Amino acid sequence: MSEISQKPRFEPGAFTPYAFIMPAIVVMMGGLLYPVVMAFYLSFYDWEIGRKLADAPFVSFDHFVRMVADPQVWEVLWVTIRFGFWTITIEMTLGVALALLLEKPIRGASIFRTIFILPLMVSPVVVGLIWRYLFDARIGWINYYLGVWFGIEPQVWLGDPQLAFFAIVFTDIWQWTPFIFIIVIAGLQALPSEVVEASTIDGANWYQQIFLVKLPMIKSILVIALLMRLIDVFRGLEVMLIMTGGGPGRSTELLSLHIYNRAFDTQQLGYASAISVLLIAIVFGISTVILTMANPMKSKSDV
Amino acid sequence: MTGVVLKNVSKSYGTVNIIPDLNLQIEEGEFVVFVGPSGCGKSTTLRMIAGLEKVTGGQIFIAGRDVTWERPKARDIAMVFQSYALYPHMNVADNMSFALRLAGTDKSEIASRVKLAADMLELTPYLDRKPRDLSGGQRQRVAMGRSIVRDAYCFLFDEPLSNLDAKLRASMRTELALLHKKLDRTMIYVTHDQIEAMTMADRIVIMKDGVVQQVGSPKDVYNTPVNTFVATFIGSPSMTLVPAELHEEAGQLKVKGQGFELPLPDRLKQQAQASGAKVVTLGLRPEHFSAEARTQDFAPVELTVKVAEYIGSSQYLAAELGGASLTAAVEVGPEADLLSDGRYYFDTSRLYLFDPETGAAL
Repeated sequence: MSEISQKPRFEPGAFTPYAFIMPAIVVMMGGLLYPVVMAFYLSFYDWEIGRKLADAPFVSFDHFVRMVADPQVWEVLWVTIRFGFWTITIEMTLGVALALLLEKPIRGASIFRTIFILPLMVSPVVVGLIWRYLFDARIGWINYYLGVWFGIEPQVWLGDPQLAFFAIVFTDIWQWTPFIFIIVIAGLQALPSEVVEASTIDGANWYQQIFLVKLPMIKSILVIALLMRLIDVFRGLEVMLIMTGGGPGRSTELLSLHIYNRAFDTQQLGYASAISVLLIAIVFGISTVILTMANPMKSKSDV
Repeated sequence: MTGVVLKNVSKSYGTVNIIPDLNLQIEEGEFVVFVGPSGCGKSTTLRMIAGLEKVTGGQIFIAGRDVTWERPKARDIAMVFQSYALYPHMNVADNMSFALRLAGTDKSEIASRVKLAADMLELTPYLDRKPRDLSGGQRQRVAMGRSIVRDAYCFLFDEPLSNLDAKLRASMRTELALLHKKLDRTMIYVTHDQIEAMTMADRIVIMKDGVVQQVGSPKDVYNTPVNTFVATFIGSPSMTLVPAELHEEAGQLKVKGQGFELPLPDRLKQQAQASGAKVVTLGLRPEHFSAEARTQDFAPVELTVKVAEYIGSSQYLAAELGGASLTAAVEVGPEADLLSDGRYYFDTSRLYLFDPETGAAL
């Protein structure tokens, strides 16, 4: 009498979970993986729109060799890094500061919170349009009020390389500070109040409480916010495309906008793909470094 | 005036009055436990002593100093929280030394104090670990270590053992009592668990709806509860309250309930006569029932047993005595089967009488 119960070969319900994740996998494959693979593939060919892909000549690593020596690529990369540095530094500082200010349930805090996140709800294309007109040299409100209130002469905001760079940095801060704010305030409100109280009893003042207790405890949230903004910097192009088109010169041309211009203005699809591969490599590299330095998935928040 | 003194302390949130008027004197070195059901204001009182809540009125003195409006760090207190409230990003040593580092204490002094506390709590092997790598009991110890290191005048505990399992809780109770002996500091401890209160306290403060019901040693509050609330709150299983009447029969005072009658002990005769009460609430503690008459004070009672629970050395009976439902805890020997209906005895020298209107003890 062998009473060892046998595992059934096939359980009818075993397929069910796969059926549920199937749509997500199909969308991921078609919408995400396929374009990325195609970008890699295209970067080895010299292809123009209108010509059959099969007829495109294979150019091996020519595009990559050209890219390394291309001063334009280095220039837009430098613009992107400067843009990322200023926007992310200021957005993180401002967002965290605002979150710390509005964390306490003071009167009207909920109204302020709602107002602060409004820019986040505006589509980037519309943001570009709004600020293009606000910064407009002749009819823009900014020049008008600078003149009325401070007596400052009208500036050609979007026509001067440095002013244009300032304008896109300013616009990005206007739109994305709320994003940091909303993530950080959610993190602060989820902090266990007893830990904060314990630090009060331990004698921490307001400043020490923020820098030695609160911010370290929401570190993983800060890292995720930073990561998402960094990826956005390498990805975003709508606002620049509409406000300045990357100009004057290449002073506001971010890497992704440069790829767009190469691909669709100058029809260099293969070369644009090669630069895309560089972009993927950079984003992947930065993400890996940040995640190894501070892995938000690793630090369980059991307190 | 040393120790911790609360003088006419009150607290309201908006129009809701949590604590109307609280007066209490805690001696230096005393272990006082605040106990009561949730929402009775015990935690709020502790938090006012800590300075985490502002008082609405009244004064708080610690070590003879008026600290009513002082910030927590100026009160010379240490506090242990229910959730331990450890800093998750710091290791055990840093958690324990945080307050000292903020105060700018000398490095070697910090090291020696942390070592002392860690040795006392057997935490030395874990000093480099983060809280998330510790068990619940170890975390609780770190939380205590953090307050010991401070060497404060007064230690405050807010239900510190509630998150531990039953066995660990019992051993931590002993450790806490030992700690109190070693440190000889004033300790104020909040709990909803009357067993914790009874086992550890020098004095127990029993609160209900923000009002102190009774302050006394564990012996006092168990043996001479001032009202029905204290009587039913202290003791496990709880005292049974039964409506009854007093009447005199052949010159002897008796207390008569629905379908039963018990003689009144000498202890209560005078009070019962003096109060002139006719209708009373009778209080019977489960543990004063017995299977045999041990002294002449034991009066026979006929119990109808609905359910008998085997506990070990005794059995808990959900039973009926005449028309009243009650709980009896009857000691049994190793051979006893589950008890059933029959004649039991009650130690009438330990019965209680209360005023049915006010609930106050007669």
